[in-house]
Amino acid sequence: MELQAVLMAAGGGSRMPDLTYNTPKPMLPVGNKPLMWHPLNLLERVGFEEVIVITTKEVQKMMSTDPKMKDVKMKLDVVCIQEDGDMGTADALRHIQQKIKTDVLVVSCDLITDVALHEVVDLFRAHNATLAMLMSKAHDFTETVPGQKGKKKTGEQRDFVGVDQSGKRLLFMANEADLEDGLSIRKSIMRKHPRMHIKTGLVDAHLYCLKKAVVDFLADNKSISSIRGELLPYLVRKQFSKTTNCPKSKDDADDQTQKTADGSTNSTELLICSRDEPLLQLAQERSCWNDHRGDMSEAYHGGKLRCYVHIMDQGLCYRVNTLAAYIEANRLASKLLEEPAVHPSAVISERCQMGPDSIIGAQCQVADKTSIKRSTIGNSTTVKEKVKVTNSIIMHGVTIEEGCNIHGCVICSNAVIGRGADLKYCLVGNGQQIEAEGEAHSFHTSTFNMLSLFSPPTVTRGT
Amino acid sequence: MAESGVTDGLCNTDDIERSKTEGKELTKEEKQRLRKEKKQQKKNKEKNDEKTSHEGEKKKNKKKKEEQPAGSASQPPAQPSPKAVPAPAPPPPAAAAVPVPASEAPAPADKPAKSKADLKAERRARQEAERASKGKKGDVGQPAPTGKLKAPPSELQPVVKRLPEHVQVDNPEVVKKLAKKLERQQTPGCNAAENVKIPLRSDYGYKVSLFSHLHQYSRKAPLTQQLGIPSTVIHPAIVRLGLQYSQGIVAGSNARSVALLHAFQQVIRDYTTPPNEELSRDLVNKLKPYISFLNQCRPLSASMGNAIKYIKKEISNIPSQCKEEEAKIKLLNCIERYINEKIVLAAKAIAKYSIEKISDGDVILVYGCSSLVNHILCEAFEKKRKFRVIVVDSRPRLEGREALRRLVQKGISCTYVLISAVSYILPEVSKVFLGAHALLANGYVMSRVGTSQIALVAKAFNVPVLVCCETYKFCERVQTDSFVSNELDDPDDLIVTRKGKTQLEHWQKVPSLGLLNLVYDVTPPDFVDLVITDLGMIPCTSVPVVLRVKNVDQ
Repeated sequence: MELQAVLMAAGGGSRMPDLTYNTPKPMLPVGNKPLMWHPLNLLERVGFEEVIVITTKEVQKMMSTDPKMKDVKMKLDVVCIQEDGDMGTADALRHIQQKIKTDVLVVSCDLITDVALHEVVDLFRAHNATLAMLMSKAHDFTETVPGQKGKKKTGEQRDFVGVDQSGKRLLFMANEADLEDGLSIRKSIMRKHPRMHIKTGLVDAHLYCLKKAVVDFLADNKSISSIRGELLPYLVRKQFSKTTNCPKSKDDADDQTQKTADGSTNSTELLICSRDEPLLQLAQERSCWNDHRGDMSEAYHGGKLRCYVHIMDQGLCYRVNTLAAYIEANRLASKLLEEPAVHPSAVISERCQMGPDSIIGAQCQVADKTSIKRSTIGNSTTVKEKVKVTNSIIMHGVTIEEGCNIHGCVICSNAVIGRGADLKYCLVGNGQQIEAEGEAHSFHTSTFNMLSLFSPPTVTRGT
Repeated sequence: MAESGVTDGLCNTDDIERSKTEGKELTKEEKQRLRKEKKQQKKNKEKNDEKTSHEGEKKKNKKKKEEQPAGSASQPPAQPSPKAVPAPAPPPPAAAAVPVPASEAPAPADKPAKSKADLKAERRARQEAERASKGKKGDVGQPAPTGKLKAPPSELQPVVKRLPEHVQVDNPEVVKKLAKKLERQQTPGCNAAENVKIPLRSDYGYKVSLFSHLHQYSRKAPLTQQLGIPSTVIHPAIVRLGLQYSQGIVAGSNARSVALLHAFQQVIRDYTTPPNEELSRDLVNKLKPYISFLNQCRPLSASMGNAIKYIKKEISNIPSQCKEEEAKIKLLNCIERYINEKIVLAAKAIAKYSIEKISDGDVILVYGCSSLVNHILCEAFEKKRKFRVIVVDSRPRLEGREALRRLVQKGISCTYVLISAVSYILPEVSKVFLGAHALLANGYVMSRVGTSQIALVAKAFNVPVLVCCETYKFCERVQTDSFVSNELDDPDDLIVTRKGKTQLEHWQKVPSLGLLNLVYDVTPPDFVDLVITDLGMIPCTSVPVVLRVKNVDQ
């Protein structure tokens, strides 16, 4: 077997508390399918047959009941971990180390993309890389987010990614938070790769191909808890460290042991320097190929640890971990899905105006004289007459009474919007009730700040 | 006759004459009779030839089965005569043979009395018999009988071999056949339910008409696009190898062979014999789709072909009572030995011979990056020979830079020129060392494109040209030009950006423009003075001898 897929679905969704306080992030509906369905669909399309899903018990329960998850034909091996435990992604990998028999492809549950996965995996295969990851040019989110005052980005920490001239080899990775005095690059890197492109506007897709030796290394090094935060920068740094260019003596000693026992002799040292077998070494010596030119060193500068990145410039790639991303993903979900926009079991009256980019879920009831444009309506939702819904995301089981005007809102499951309500850029939490004739602009409701809107117009502003 | 001559001896001359004439007459008569019979037989043969060729060419598709029993019913009595008629009798089974030759037997006998209807009936009977024989034997038999019965031009047919598929890309039927062959080569594996086939890589871009019979692929469209991840149909080591070939990470004849054998070692290690199967047969079948896959990624080289033949032979020679573990270990050792003998030790032997040819003060010209020539020069330098090297390079591969790096790293003083400057620099050169991709059976050297140019110019300047080649690269193919069998590389490699401008960026839109990126060319033996192999230093024309000796050994 070549690759084993691991889906990390235990994340909390800490950056969008309003949406996730009731529904765990992996089960949030995007285009009327649970969020974790999208990466699973990607893996299925590409040809995987089994996926190890690391998630919480709550999500597992919801997964078993959700009909959309039954569409997934792959065999899902669900591993449950504690919710409250402070388990990072690397800790989770360590937890399932026994199940990992070959190289592993780690995907995050909030990734929605249409990338040609073979581009990432081909880098991993062709260069015998230790790490291959996917990144994408960040797109600005154009939609107004409910509750945000203007288009401000709350002090986001930028990621600095350095790649070589071909744009494939990953040379440098650091987050702004870690760089206090400024960006410093070691001389050894500059000597080997005099031309480096440093990019900041990239989104990490959290899709990693890792060698099995890395998982074994994690098992020995319990201090690393997050893949993105700690393991990756470590690996990128280790590419140029002097000890990874393994001295021959180590090779001879280890040659006696089986070739599969990479990286287990030294507990803290990373022996991911996979000693290439002697034949591979011979082949490389005889081959007239070099990945760089201008200096006297052989291909890859003799380094055994190599990290590669595939940067997408076209196509969709979203990580749904903020509200803005969630809204954007819903907008574009209809492009990704091959199913018809309107579910066959939905009952839609003829005098309803429905725009082409809207998605209507199963068993919906949409009455006359409604207008639904650029919106996603979840399953079992009832929309009464004379309702205008634009640019909104309406989740499952919502009831919208007559005469409502909903613009740019996110309405979570089981909410009830009273008659004649006028909501603009609001986020209505789970099971909330908006009273009739209420008006609200840029408002969030959740269990934390209960709200009742009173009739005739009171415009309220708030977080 | 003598007695009649004696008894008639009284009347001398008349009798003698009479006896002579009588004798002559008698003999004449007999002779005439014999002659007539022979003529008739010949005529019948020709007539039959015409008839069968007639049928063979024109009436192949008619089906008239009713005629056959009628024909065969009338044929049995005349069986002895078929011995005179060649070909159809021996190969096909007797039942089919009987109507055919038998139908020809009544023909000579009834020749004068035959009517048109009879002729037609016989013709149809012969058709049926031929079709039956064709159906039973299949393609192989067909050229043989029809070839021998047909008129002279088609006699050449059995001698003409079928062209390999990779040089018939412009023939749509052949391409379809190849696609079907790849489909049939699905590995059943453990999931018999999924029938994943080895995908067919599609050609890219406009091909220059002289080379339209060859494949031309784009590096940006790898074959892995059409395969699933993770690859279960094809062993991951083979997928990795295919990718490395198509991206040029493993390039050079020796490197490709070593990498191939290494991947096969991994395949063998991971192999388990399915129940009711024998390792010697099943493993060979398992390797076939892998080889097709690698061929699609990049056409196989002659050295790879020889290595594959060796492996297949070793696998089929495994005795059936051998246990799986033992067999696997044996195969792995075979591979190690092959690489050690044919590549590593051969390089050492060639270096030893070549060092004798390098004298102090030499100026040696090398072309491109040949692992063997680099090895030789490095060894010679270590043996303290004083020489300098001129590295000639050519676009688009610019492999000479890599050769330059390796030589300079050792400490050899080098000059670097492009191939356009070769005639300016040759007056300084004392020897030319060239590497080879393959040595063909007629003494031609197949090597990187540009090699024949260098050999030609060197010949014009009377500079000795020495080709270094291991014996495992000797190939039984015969080629006298570089068109018939070659490799076309990605045409986009020829596009270069200078000062921000890329002139050829939209070359596909210009209908009359084609980009040709050839990889190999052949050098005639007249330009090569010596071939240095691990068996010694031989002239170019001795290649068939070496091949013959090799075959005898095996």
